[in-house]
This record gives sequence, C-alpha cells and structure tokens, in this order.
Amino acid sequence: MSEPEKNASLKPVIEIRDFDFAYGTSQALYQINMDIHEKEVTAFIGPSGCGKSTFLRCFNRMNDLIDIARIIGGSIQIDGTDIYDDEVDVIELRKHVGMVFQKSNPFPKSIYENIAYGLRIQGVKNKKVLDEVVEDCLRSAALWDEVKDRLNDSALGMSGGQQQRLCIARALAVKPKILLMDEPCSALDPIATAKVEELIHELKKEYTIVIVTHNMQQAGRVSDRTAFFYLGKLIEYDLTENIFMNPSDPQTEAYISGRFG
Amino acid sequence: MNRYFHNELEDIRSKLILMGEKANQVGLMAVEGFLQSDLEKTEVAFSLDDTIDALEVEIDRDAVRYITLRAPVSSDVRLLFVAIKASHDLERVADEAHSIAKKTRKILTRNGRVDDTALIEPMSNIALDMMREAITSLVEEDVEKARAIISRDKEVDRMNLENFESLSASMSKEAELNSCRVETILISKSIERIGDHAKNLAGEVIYLLTGE
Repeated sequence: MSEPEKNASLKPVIEIRDFDFAYGTSQALYQINMDIHEKEVTAFIGPSGCGKSTFLRCFNRMNDLIDIARIIGGSIQIDGTDIYDDEVDVIELRKHVGMVFQKSNPFPKSIYENIAYGLRIQGVKNKKVLDEVVEDCLRSAALWDEVKDRLNDSALGMSGGQQQRLCIARALAVKPKILLMDEPCSALDPIATAKVEELIHELKKEYTIVIVTHNMQQAGRVSDRTAFFYLGKLIEYDLTENIFMNPSDPQTEAYISGRFG
Repeated sequence: MNRYFHNELEDIRSKLILMGEKANQVGLMAVEGFLQSDLEKTEVAFSLDDTIDALEVEIDRDAVRYITLRAPVSSDVRLLFVAIKASHDLERVADEAHSIAKKTRKILTRNGRVDDTALIEPMSNIALDMMREAITSLVEEDVEKARAIISRDKEVDRMNLENFESLSASMSKEAELNSCRVETILISKSIERIGDHAKNLAGEVIYLLTGE
C-alpha cells in the first residue's frame, strides 16, 4: 500500500510499525503500519469489531486499563518516542494525546470547573490563568458565546451537543498535541453533529486529530485521510478523496458502497 | 448554518458562470468573424476552445468530488447535476463556435471575404441572445427569464430551415459559389445547435431553481 501523497514530505506525528495487539489469546490487530500526519484529520472506518477503536485507544495507552490487553509486537512512536517504552509516563502521554469519547462524559461540576479541572490537578491555582484558559478553550470549542453567562451552572444541564463540545474544550485545556475522537457524534442530532464537524475543521489548524466514525459521510466531510480496517487488518489507507472516489482495494469499495456482508 | 465546505459549492457555481461567459464570448467571436469577414475574431474563437474544455473537466471533477465527499441534498445536489449537464452544453456551444470559425476561415482563405451574411445575421442574433439570457438567468436566479428562452428556439429552427432551402435552391446558379453556400448551410446548422444548447441551459436553470 502506498503512502498518500498529500504532505508526504512532512514528518509524521504518529508512526506505527508492524503493530500487533491482542485481548488475551484473541488477536485484535495484525501488522498495522501507518503514519499519521501533523495538523490533519485522519478517519478510521470499518465494520463493528474491526479493531479501529482498539487501535485508537493504543495511541494514549487507554488499553492499559484492560487487564487482558497486550501488545504482541511492533511499535507506536509519537514524535519519535516509543510510547510503550517502560520509561514513558502514561499520565504525561495522555496530556499530550487527549481523548473524546462516544458518549459525552462531563464531570458533575460546573462548566468552568470541567475545563479548569485538568489544570487544577497539575497545581495551577492562579485565578487569572484559569480564567484565561477556560475562556480560550471554550472559544476554541465554539462554545464560549453559548455559555459565557452561565459558567457556574452544572455541565450536566447542557444539551448533548454542548456537553460533547465541552468535553472537547476540556481535552484542550491541558494543551494536547493530538486529539483522539471515538465516534464523537454518534449520540448527537444532525445540527449538533454539524457543529462538532465544524469544530473539528477549525481545530485541525492547531491539532492533529484521529477520529473513529461509523458515519462514512462524516469521514468524507471531515477527514484528510481515511483508513479502512477489517478483521483487525488495515486494508487501505489513503487520501480521503481517493478512498471514497477510487479505492484500490475491492474490500474498501464494497464497504463504502454498502455491498459488504 | 453555513458549513466549511459550502464554499466549494460556490466555487463550482462560479466556474460554471465563468464557463458560460467564455462560451458566450467564443460564440460571439465566431459569428462576428463570419459576419465581418474578420480572421482575427475567428482566431480568438479558436484560442478560447481549450480554456472551455479545461473548465468542463474541472467542473465535472469538482462536482463528482463534492457529491462523493459532502453528501449533498436538495438544491445543492440539483446545482451539482446542473453544473455537470450545463458544462457539457457549454462545451458543445464552444465546439459549434469552433466549427463556425473553421468554416469561416475556409471561406476567407478561398474568397477573401464572406459575401452573403444576410441569412445568418438575424438567426445568430437570436441564438446568441438566447445564450446570453440563459447565463443571465443562472446568475440572477431568474426562472421567468429562463422560461422565456425556451420558446425562442423554434424561431431559430425555422430560420435554419429557411436558410437551408434558400441556399440549396440557389445551387443551380453561379456554381462557383456553391462551396461557399455549403459552408454557410453548415454554419447555419451550427448556430441552430447553439440555440438548442441555450434552450437546454434554460431548462437546466428552471430545474435548478424549481426542482421541476
């Protein structure tokens, strides 16, 4: 499989080489090789159980929280560092690689505290600094105008779409370089989905984004590159327009055109 | 809410309008080249052909890309299909203009000038005006203007038929002019085809604006 042409000269932020992963004795990912490029949106698509979310969760070692999860072989490097090296501080890694989940999960705290929380546990106490970060992050998440007059209200009183954007804003507060999004719009209505997609388009100016989605139109709309996974294997990875307009692999063609299974 | 990719749709519309302007210009240059025995205008018509062909390819490519990646619906999807169809009509207008320019060059090379333009001028005025109006109806999103174009095509068809009969009838006299008459019959046919494409364009504008 050839590397996509766009920005091919740029050094990738995430480099995955011969990566194998298993849950217990059941292998979930086979020999994955791919580069993820800076300040682009990369979409992972594929049927349920294909390994795309498992793979995404490998980028910030979320799978460490699952007892039976294990790396069988290969490596994932972020900015040249093997993230599974014994010396890597996982907390630092997760600050560097933020994550937004399928279901929005704001803390049962105020809107303000949701954003400030990450900084507070890092020891930041200066109110002026916290105020600035909260405003910056809410602005970046296109939420400031909607909530600026009720920052002390509970985040749980926000709409689903606002909660999801709050979770994105919360992830931004610790200044990550990479944002992982695991089906961030699957629980949202079309208008909230459109707002999150707009936000993703804006955020890619500053962040590298990897998104798992079941919505192929969404992958087409938001991503620069798309990777198609099937049965734990990376079948095809290319510029999104190539994947959707002229995929090289018949399995990709079958999946995106709904002729699968 | 305007989405970040809606400007791609606006780009396609702008390219279609630009292509319409170029097709108008190439039609006008070809016809004026004939009417005024002006070889320079004929050359302009030739030179515009490649630009128009390239625009058609670009519009097709952009529209297919948008349909594939952006999941358009309603008036957006109508605009894309109209862009594909209309750009094809405009490319055909340029082909007809190219053909007129080629025949004019033949006549001018052989005779130095075009002697009889009386039959062509009135029908070309109508056909080129139909083209202008079709593009204007697209730019101004004016469905009534587009509807008014449709009925004018019959007038151009009738004039073409009269030209054919008149020029065929004169073939028995002054046989040395016959090759020129044949070229003029073909030019008349090309102008009639330009009228057909203008009518198609008008129909496409009506579909775009009304969905009918």
